[in-house]
Amino acid sequence: MVPFAGFEMPVQYSSILREHDAVRRRAGLFDLSHMAQFVLSGDDVADWADTLTTNAVATMKRMQARYNIFCSESGGAHDDTIFYRLDGRWLLVVNAGNADKMWEHLKANLPASGVSLENRHGVDALVAIQGPRSVEMLQPHVDVDLAGLRYYFCAEGSVYGVPAVIARTGYTGEDGFELFVAGEHAPQIWNALLTDRASEGLEPCGLGSRDVLRLEAGMPLYGHELTEEISPVQAGLAWAIKRAKPAFLGKDALERQIERDDFPRIAGLVMDGRAPAREGYPVLFGGRAAGEIRSGSLAPSVGNKNVATALLAKEAAEPGSRLQVEIRGTMHDATVVPLPFYKRAK
Amino acid sequence: MAQPEDLLYSKEHEWVKVDGDVATIGVTDYAQSSLGDIVYVELPKVGSAIRQFSNVGVIESVKAVSDLFTPMSGEVVEVNAGLEGDPAAVNRDPYGSGWLMKVRLTDPGETQNLLGAADYDAIAQQS
Repeated sequence: MVPFAGFEMPVQYSSILREHDAVRRRAGLFDLSHMAQFVLSGDDVADWADTLTTNAVATMKRMQARYNIFCSESGGAHDDTIFYRLDGRWLLVVNAGNADKMWEHLKANLPASGVSLENRHGVDALVAIQGPRSVEMLQPHVDVDLAGLRYYFCAEGSVYGVPAVIARTGYTGEDGFELFVAGEHAPQIWNALLTDRASEGLEPCGLGSRDVLRLEAGMPLYGHELTEEISPVQAGLAWAIKRAKPAFLGKDALERQIERDDFPRIAGLVMDGRAPAREGYPVLFGGRAAGEIRSGSLAPSVGNKNVATALLAKEAAEPGSRLQVEIRGTMHDATVVPLPFYKRAK
Repeated sequence: MAQPEDLLYSKEHEWVKVDGDVATIGVTDYAQSSLGDIVYVELPKVGSAIRQFSNVGVIESVKAVSDLFTPMSGEVVEVNAGLEGDPAAVNRDPYGSGWLMKVRLTDPGETQNLLGAADYDAIAQQS
């Protein structure tokens, strides 16, 4: 167990590699109750949120989910989040480590009327089932047609009779569902799913396997690939920036970055050798400093090679570039590859 | 968990098996279990001189890099080449095929700075 944003979180239940394997082959169960859930309501939520985020909120359909980023005036990221448009309210899920900062940010920008906020952090829980067999493992216990639920959509229903928002979203690169329930019901759902699906290989999974899974899937982790200093443009998230929106916090700075195109950027690296690249290790290109590692791990789904993300000067970040990672004073060769490292078979 | 009785142990969770003037060194079952899935082991070069309780390499799990200390002084005479392709042997068999290195001892008397199985067991259980 490790302290994480005020919660005691397991890095692993059995073994990171075993849990990773369960998610890629069958399914894994994650307790993500540390993520902060804010409930937004009022007639003006969508238009207001569109002024604070890079992606579009008002165009979201009923029961749709959408990845979105809150930026500062200078284009750095306050947080990356997911909006869920429910009936009569919105659910906004923010990173645990940014929960207090984001709550203050929303309150500071709240209009006089038309939007109300409710902070459910530490009250409501989130349990995720992720993996190719998620539909069949979860379906018997919910009153929603899971096969008919599209990716990045959600439904309000029940899990083991407990009211839940059931969303086809996740952070592993696999199919799966996130179950938003009242905190008091979470242990019952957690225990029941693990018991009922144990024989089919559903495994409890911790923070360690989640980090490997998301890195392989090329998904940014706030504080690593995306920070107050690393903008969504630099993180390769331009697809989540809607320049057609008339104005939003950070828009001018992000557009300047896009037009100049001279910024350091996040790139994927595959190491030649067996030494893992870790956060903070220097990266060299043509013998000169070119950036640093932001995340790194052994990647079982990428041929068991060591992969990493690095923030690199533009000239070093081209796919195919040969780089050196300095590990304890020794140079180790690596190649830049396009992200993601891993894509599930459709 | 019980430790093998015929080995000596350091507080840094290494084990030592002395055979004449050569010691075989590895990490304990408690160490491998705490580290989790081991993916990389960096050992000193054969021929290098190492000093008791100094940092001589690293042992890396998926999640973290940990320093490796030598429980005895001497000259490294062999490292476990099998770990390069199969570092998980340290997890599977820490007292057997997961051994790390062999050291020709410069001062066999240093064993007095090490612990017996029962004393090490007490430390591991408190950790």
